Amino acid sequence: MTDPVVTSAPPRRAPLWHRLPIVHQLRQSVGLQRGMLIAGLTLTGIFLLTAIFAPVLAPYGFAQLRDDNGFFGAQQAPGGAHLLGTTVGGYDVLSRVIWGTQTALAVIVVAVMLSIFAGVFLGLISGYIGGWLDRVLVVIADAVFAFPTLLLAIVAAIVISGGQSTLFGGVLAAAVSITVVYIPQYFRVIRAETVRIKSEAYVESAKVIGSSTSRIMFRHVLRNATRTLPLIFTLNSSEAILTLAGLGFLGFGIEPTSAAEWGYDLNRSISDVTSGIWWTSVFPGLAIVLVVLGITLVGESLNDLADPRLRTRRKADSPTSGVATADDAAPVTAATSATDSTGAPA
Amino acid sequence: MRFIIVRFLLIFPTIFILVTMVFLLMRSIGDPITAALGGRLSAQQLAERIEAAGYNRPLIVQYFEYIGQVATGNFGTAISDGRPVSQLLLTYGGATLELAFYALLVAFVVGIPLGMVAAYLRDRWPDAVLRVVAILFYATPVFFAGLLLKLVFSVWLKVLPVAGRASTRTELQMGKLENRTGIYLIDAIQLGSPAAISDVLQHAVLPGLALGLLTAGVFLRLVRTNVIGTLSMDYVDAARSRGVSEFRLVRKHAYKPALIPIITVIGLQIAVLLGGAVLTETTFEWKGLGFKLAEYLSARDFVAVQGIVALLAVIVALSNFIVDILAAVIDPRVRY
Repeated sequence: MTDPVVTSAPPRRAPLWHRLPIVHQLRQSVGLQRGMLIAGLTLTGIFLLTAIFAPVLAPYGFAQLRDDNGFFGAQQAPGGAHLLGTTVGGYDVLSRVIWGTQTALAVIVVAVMLSIFAGVFLGLISGYIGGWLDRVLVVIADAVFAFPTLLLAIVAAIVISGGQSTLFGGVLAAAVSITVVYIPQYFRVIRAETVRIKSEAYVESAKVIGSSTSRIMFRHVLRNATRTLPLIFTLNSSEAILTLAGLGFLGFGIEPTSAAEWGYDLNRSISDVTSGIWWTSVFPGLAIVLVVLGITLVGESLNDLADPRLRTRRKADSPTSGVATADDAAPVTAATSATDSTGAPA
Repeated sequence: MRFIIVRFLLIFPTIFILVTMVFLLMRSIGDPITAALGGRLSAQQLAERIEAAGYNRPLIVQYFEYIGQVATGNFGTAISDGRPVSQLLLTYGGATLELAFYALLVAFVVGIPLGMVAAYLRDRWPDAVLRVVAILFYATPVFFAGLLLKLVFSVWLKVLPVAGRASTRTELQMGKLENRTGIYLIDAIQLGSPAAISDVLQHAVLPGLALGLLTAGVFLRLVRTNVIGTLSMDYVDAARSRGVSEFRLVRKHAYKPALIPIITVIGLQIAVLLGGAVLTETTFEWKGLGFKLAEYLSARDFVAVQGIVALLAVIVALSNFIVDILAAVIDPRVRY
């Protein structure tokens, strides 16, 4: 997040540790905003740790129906051997909630990676080169952007996996479906930034001294256009989880024997709810809510800290944070207001 | 006037791009007959059906035929039950429209006042609580919100119905109406029976809440940010220096300009609402377009799925057009 082209160099640069993305914001924040950021980071941290240590934490496998004492039995109330009860299919609820973090994390990583690469690349090309290609891409991105994301994801899921599938195919299908939907968002932001940066003096200087187009694009423009990415990244991760759950809920998720997926579990619990069996829906649902809440809190805080109108100021400004603030403010505001006016993320 | 014409013409490329994308994507996995009936019919029968439906012709021919059909309002015929998709709009569209209306109502009633409160009490604890609430509304998938509401109000407290749009009795009564609209609230009013009206409204509460709270969170955030923005404007400072109270500043001065972005966002929210309607309708067995879509999905009837998705693309494009015109009428700055 450091700016390679600083016009007026700060008197003394803060240590590297303080300039790292999250750490920088954490130091910059005060009061409530710091509280929200810390809460978000904690929830996200728990989510990541659960995903990594799922094999250790989960009492049973996600597709395990029986142990040495025989079958678990369907719809067992919480308590005893099954802390959170069992589902209508006879799975252990706690184990499926824990294993579900792995599926969610895998989908986020693949989906966000894919959409960042595709969206950033297209946005950069479109914004820098312009012309008819730019116009066509903008019209397509706008059309896709205005359409219900879930419906598009359904169509993509049908195409990729024809419906249900294995862990690898299912994760990939969900991730690609989500990617198709989110490319336009990255595209729009990066394109807007690129168009703005293109007219900056340092890009012209680079042209004058004879730098190649690709060098200008990737060294000068891309470096400066990506400062808003951490923000969109967090917002899209949470949307990816919601879309995955939505697909699972409609029966386009991953088979229960291939992986644990919260949306699928919720779908199976619709009829349970009517008969008062609450544990099969409440726990996977809470897992979704907490993970999305955590990631969104981080994204929200980053957004507010990047926008001087929304940032709570520290009472007495320290010299280093003052410089960083003035330096960061302007371009980020332009990009965030671009996302804000569309109502993203929610 | 020029704005309206230009904006109207922009509808067509949007619809065209979406319909083309959906067509190409859906056809890239093969013909819909095999997808729906493969395994249930012999290879011979399948080939005959494919031949009869014309799916063995070159893709480009099928594509132009399809575009022509969509242009004349023909969205194809479902394979599983043989119903034309455009007819589904008449039968089930009313239900989805009604659900979207309730959801928007909830969003307005909950989102806008809370957003103003949050802006007024900026950076104090009620603001913090409200902001977390807004994120919670967003973080809760509509189907989980629906299941929770169902669990609490229908199963535990037993004060509201579990699912459906009306009780069987009311449905029967409304079935006798001559000019049914499919929008149950209007039909119940036509019946003139208070019992029917209250029955319909009782069924609407939970689905409306489940879907509406999602958008309420969006409105809350938007109103908060914009009121904070307008509160620092010169004219508000001027009013403040005249001794106008902080509360009145929010209520009278900062509030109206903050509502303009809401209108623009409603356009985008229509897409969100339609996506959410698919999930809400499935959760509450609310028999609308989304419920039908989910049914066709599980029947692997991809002609119907493609048709409904294309139909929704048209609805989204049209409603965005209307919203943009409204926004231009209210705020002259957005015209081009």
